[in-house]
Amino acid sequence: MALSRALSFYRSFSTVPSQSLRVCIVGSGPAGFYTADKILKAHEGAEVDIVDRLPTPFGLVRSGVAPDHPETKVVTNQFSRVAQNGHCSFIGNVSLGSSISLAELRELYDAVVLSYGAESDQALGIPGEELAGIYAAREFVWWYNGHPDCRNLAPDLKSSDTAVIIGQGNVALDVARILLRPTAELATTDISCHALAALGESSIRKVYLVGRRGPAQAAFTAKELREVLRIKDLSIEIRQEDLSKTPADEEELKNNRIKRRIHELLSKAATPATSICSPGQKELHFVFFRKPDRFLESDCRNGYIAGLRMERTILKEDVGSGKKIAVGTGLFAEMECGLVLKSVGYKSIPVDGLPFDHHKGVVPNVQGRVLSEAYGDAQVEKGLYVCGWLKRGPTGIIATNLYCAEETVASISEDVLRGAVTSRSGLSKPGREGLLQLLDSRNVKVVTFGGWEKIDNEEKRRGSLKNKPREKLTTWQDLLEVATK
Amino acid sequence: MVVFHVHRIAQRLNHSTLSSVLLHDSGHVSLLKMGSSRSINTAAKFRTWGLLPSNCSNVTSPCTSRTSYGPLSRYQIFLGLRHNEYCTTPGNGEKQTISVTFVDKDGEEKQIKVPVGMSLLEAAHENDIELEGACEGSLACSTCHVIVMDVDYYNKLEDPTDEENDMLDLAFGLTETSRLGCQVIAKPELDGIRVALPAATRNFAVDGFKPKPH
Ligand SMILES: Cc1cc2nc3c(=O)[nH]c(=O)nc-3n(C[C@H](O)[C@H](O)[C@H](O)COP(=O)(O)OP(=O)(O)OC[C@H]3O[C@@H](n4cnc5c(N)ncnc54)[C@H](O)[C@@H]3O)c2cc1C
Ligand SMILES: NC(=O)c1ccc[n+]([C@@H]2O[C@H](COP(=O)([O-])OP(=O)(O)OC[C@H]3O[C@@H](n4cnc5c(N)ncnc54)[C@H](OP(=O)(O)O)[C@@H]3O)[C@@H](O)[C@H]2O)c1
Ligand code: FES
Repeated sequence: MALSRALSFYRSFSTVPSQSLRVCIVGSGPAGFYTADKILKAHEGAEVDIVDRLPTPFGLVRSGVAPDHPETKVVTNQFSRVAQNGHCSFIGNVSLGSSISLAELRELYDAVVLSYGAESDQALGIPGEELAGIYAAREFVWWYNGHPDCRNLAPDLKSSDTAVIIGQGNVALDVARILLRPTAELATTDISCHALAALGESSIRKVYLVGRRGPAQAAFTAKELREVLRIKDLSIEIRQEDLSKTPADEEELKNNRIKRRIHELLSKAATPATSICSPGQKELHFVFFRKPDRFLESDCRNGYIAGLRMERTILKEDVGSGKKIAVGTGLFAEMECGLVLKSVGYKSIPVDGLPFDHHKGVVPNVQGRVLSEAYGDAQVEKGLYVCGWLKRGPTGIIATNLYCAEETVASISEDVLRGAVTSRSGLSKPGREGLLQLLDSRNVKVVTFGGWEKIDNEEKRRGSLKNKPREKLTTWQDLLEVATK
Repeated sequence: MVVFHVHRIAQRLNHSTLSSVLLHDSGHVSLLKMGSSRSINTAAKFRTWGLLPSNCSNVTSPCTSRTSYGPLSRYQIFLGLRHNEYCTTPGNGEKQTISVTFVDKDGEEKQIKVPVGMSLLEAAHENDIELEGACEGSLACSTCHVIVMDVDYYNKLEDPTDEENDMLDLAFGLTETSRLGCQVIAKPELDGIRVALPAATRNFAVDGFKPKPH
């Protein structure tokens, strides 16, 4: 309540005079841009710099959101307007932890907001996870979206007709859709050309989406599910028996609009009429109540995946949380496959000098203010804030980061008003000028928003030759060359 | 993260007798009633759930009217005022407009004229009302979420399509009369409609931590 009162207070005066407030935001995804937008609106005269390790802005809107979702990427228009605000700068090709340390940034700016997302993956922790042919969904997504770090992933799509996706969230549905959609339909999207070529030659015909819990607990949302169910010439396989509801499921569905609508969609898709499969037709199998137990190595190709052993599960209520968790039944089954995509969640990576809760995989914080410790006697770290997936964990849609940024910026505004952000001596911090000097002395070639616009124009130009909205530049060298031309 | 899940009531609500909103927040359920029993308590409950504006601040803009002081008048905001006085009839060759009132997160009201055929999202943007529209009306974001404050008006709208419902699933602070602003198109029957922008007080705090003051 105090927070909302403070917020309204700021709104009523529209902006807080803060001539010398210098803020650095690390990470230019939705969390970073929404934070910048809110700070600029609340603090007249504030200077906001958004640094990113890539030469390109927009985080997962560019490298995560699926190529066949152009409507979702429209939000970059709004973010570009923020970047073009005279008090805001995008500074790309600057990596926290290697180009510059957190301690240095905190010296240079009054406030530092970390919104650098989650660029690693949850592990399954089962035998065989290191076999070739097993990828994190994140890497596969980066590959088809042309992220320069996965340019050379080259997933093998030709040795087998079967792929297994572990996890049943929206990312799992995204990667399933990309594997199964006719490539002619992908050809007019901004999918990277290396991925389009590989998918065109793919022999993957059967995709299994494996969830450890049931249809009432699936993590995906209706829009994504509807879309995959509508793919042309795709046979959908869902076992009727998996759809039968326990009284506990009934209760859960009654109280949860999203899950109820998902269950309805799955039930409709499971009617026998849709499951008559013609030869050669692609298939998507929803597999519920199975948890991965171990990956099986190929006999003829050393070090390569050949299959997956799964254990049948049942749901038990966790006494502490009340959550329904999957427990093994001791019944196992094996399935052959040549490609596995683990889509069981992203994970944030800590940087030096940053308090980190390794258990939850987030930076410990209260309403966006970073705490010195994850547990016990925590103090607030002066001038250090967090937003987005690094703050909340790797869940939520783009809009979630808007509300998340509102909360973090309200904390900053409160602290500014209390005098807890700007230095007492009255001396202003070096801010952008100091940062650029330091980077220059280290020979780091920064990419400005103007540099990104050159990339943007070049990508659109190359795309127009192929009837694509853009053809992404996918190597560091190309990106940097075009940006600094 | 707090997510509100809301039951959709299959049958349209009858405003004169009872309308109800069910909100669930990790197990808590509250049934909020309004209509015949105009209790102050009910208004207070709505405020707690972030459905009603919790604060108002000084406003200088001429087209913005300062509203609501006591709980009762806040409640009246929710019920919606009669609107005859704002009704605009189509003049000769003139584009017909309707009157729409936006109530923002802080309870400030702004009444605007909206040409028939225009979406509430476009209208909001033309009038500097802070309604987000991340996907610019292409049904891909849910940030243009508005709450129709009077169920009679809600009932005058076409039913949301599956696609709109898919996005509403993800809207913050969803209520029984929620719609996406980019999908609500001005038409004469909607003259006088009042819509609220959902309050954004949410707590993303990592549980269990109470920071010490410096
Ligand atoms: C595959 C996928 C598809 C999705 N599709 C949708 C969708 O269709 N619709 C939707 O609403 N939501 C979607 N989401 C969710 C949405 O993308 C996220 O909620 C959102 O991007 C999280 O924002 P963020 O700013 O916290 O992180 P990010 O978007 O990940 O941004 C982090 C930024 O930080 C930068 N960075 C990382 N490390 C460093 C460092 N050390 N130094 C400097 N910079 C660094 C990165 O380059 C990146 O630009 C999707 C998510 C995924 C994973
Ligand atoms: N179009 C869109 O709007 C869109 C697209 C993509 C992503 N996103 C958003 O981005 C966020 C991240 O998506 P996500 O798919 O990565 O995560 P997610 O929604 O959290 O889904 C993770 C999935 O992995 C499963 N899982 C986790 N650990 C597992 C284990 N050890 N073994 C087996 N299964 C395991 C989970 O099952 P349990 O439930 O049993 O844990 C769940 O099915 C989500 O909020 C999503 O909505 C949105
Ligand atoms: S503006 Fe995105 S759904 Fe309405």
